[in-house]
Amino acid sequence: MGARQGGMEYFLQQLINGVTLGATYGLIAIGYTMVYGIIGMINFAHGDIYMVGAFISLVGFLLLGFFGITYVPLACLLVLVFAMVFTAVYGWAVERLAYRPLRGSQRLAPLISAIGVSIVLQNFVQLSQGARVKPLQPMINGGITLVPDADFPVTISYIKIMIIVTTVVLMAGFTLIIKYTSLGRAQRAAEQDMTMASLLGVNVDRTISATFVIGAMLAAVAGLMVTLYYGVVDFYIGFIVGIKAFTAAVLGGIGSVPGAMLGGMLIGLIEAFWSGYFSIEYKDVAAFSILVFVLIFRPTGLLGKPEIEKV
Amino acid sequence: MSAASPLLTVEHLTIRFGGLVAIDDLSFSARSREITALIGPNGAGKTTVFNCITGFYSPEVGRIALRREDGREFFLERMDGFRIARDAGVVRTFQNIRLFPGMSVAENLMVAQHVALMRASFFSVAGFLRLKSYLDAERQAVERARYWLDKTGLLADADKLAGSLPYGAQRRLEIARAMCANPALLCLDEPAAGLNPRESNALNALLTDIRDEHGIGILLIEHDMSVVMQISDRVVVLEQGRSIAQGTPVEVRANPEVIRAYLGVEDEAAVASVIGQGSAH
Repeated sequence: MGARQGGMEYFLQQLINGVTLGATYGLIAIGYTMVYGIIGMINFAHGDIYMVGAFISLVGFLLLGFFGITYVPLACLLVLVFAMVFTAVYGWAVERLAYRPLRGSQRLAPLISAIGVSIVLQNFVQLSQGARVKPLQPMINGGITLVPDADFPVTISYIKIMIIVTTVVLMAGFTLIIKYTSLGRAQRAAEQDMTMASLLGVNVDRTISATFVIGAMLAAVAGLMVTLYYGVVDFYIGFIVGIKAFTAAVLGGIGSVPGAMLGGMLIGLIEAFWSGYFSIEYKDVAAFSILVFVLIFRPTGLLGKPEIEKV
Repeated sequence: MSAASPLLTVEHLTIRFGGLVAIDDLSFSARSREITALIGPNGAGKTTVFNCITGFYSPEVGRIALRREDGREFFLERMDGFRIARDAGVVRTFQNIRLFPGMSVAENLMVAQHVALMRASFFSVAGFLRLKSYLDAERQAVERARYWLDKTGLLADADKLAGSLPYGAQRRLEIARAMCANPALLCLDEPAAGLNPRESNALNALLTDIRDEHGIGILLIEHDMSVVMQISDRVVVLEQGRSIAQGTPVEVRANPEVIRAYLGVEDEAAVASVIGQGSAH
């Protein structure tokens, strides 16, 4: 790497990298944590929903290219909407077909079903899109050099700015929905007592569908941004990112939305700093080790509340 | 609405759990602007009746019809839980209180108005955009919540967590929340359980006020005979899933079957001393 690793500039650069990475993990982790909060299941197919979102974004860019829309901000905006809508349909359909019929059965059943959905989605994309890595032309180039005179120039690329800004906006909007809209209230009520919510007239099935749709939309945004950032997608990217986002949700305290955001950010930062200062090969090990340590001392995660058993 | 058509009509309701007949050919009705009490010894099937009305159990035999004042009629035994509350307007409380303990008192009341707010907000879209139509609906909802908090004496606790309230206040909050859902029939499962005499009197006043001022029907399960005798207009007595007497509190109290069911003896003087307390006011 050549650069002096002890310097402030190097640290700053890793911080920027970590925040960018953490933002995408956070977006995906929200999907895990919301679903867990409301129906108490781990949706293991959520990582693959993110992968589907990434592919839909790719298809979106290719379609726009075909129609000759090449103005980058417009293209990004159109693809954002396109990917969110279609990924939401996937999220909705998965819940409707694979989880809802199992509601009320034993706890393991939807979990196994989720693993099945994950395999189905991976194979579906592999068969329809091919197994090889799909490239996307870099569309957003350049950046801002923050500390130009140093021997290690710190740069923040436009794509990173876009990822961070989009994530902050979405998370803020999402927090407002949960806190202040009647949908968010219904979600929180169903989280506490699903039966009671339905006895007050809340359509709990629809509320759960909305939870999956929102989670899928956020995952789609993450898929789009990562596609733009790395410029490649394949049918298998959902697995490791899904596990990491799940780790982030558990680290922050599963069921807690601010916890998912915090957990995502922490996992991103740990990965970036570990690869920057130690070894890039062991970055996943570092992230998962931190998870183990946190869970030993705080089994409910950083912001999680202890489970209250209902009688 | 004329007295001719009752709000709730239960006909030939029968529920079996395996070999046990929990409810056996039960028929009764409840009217708007009346308090109908469902009484009986432990295990008589009172809560089971509530569970049928609110969609927890589907009866093998029988019909539960609800006719609203606007003429719409619903057959509750065929409806999903949330539709019973949303469309038929039947809302219940529980013997063991079921609030949303981690939400504030005010939010508990707002959840109960989910249906109206959701309709006004096009599934939250208008709510997120803060459109005027939604803001009006929201203001009404807050107004209604404030009204019921005031009625139940909880106005000062609006921002506290529901789970942090003392027991009696939680009971009142559960009733306030049910009323915020704009019910046609309010089903209360032992609302006076665990209340002290002062709280119990306040509850009586609240329930008669709901009956008289809000024109809805109340179906009440209660063990506290002083509550039953003081405020109910009609009493249905259950024993082992069957109705053994129906009528006004005075009629029921004099019914020998009821006396036998409650005490298992023929000593009417002893009975009068137990269930006659209510008349001593």
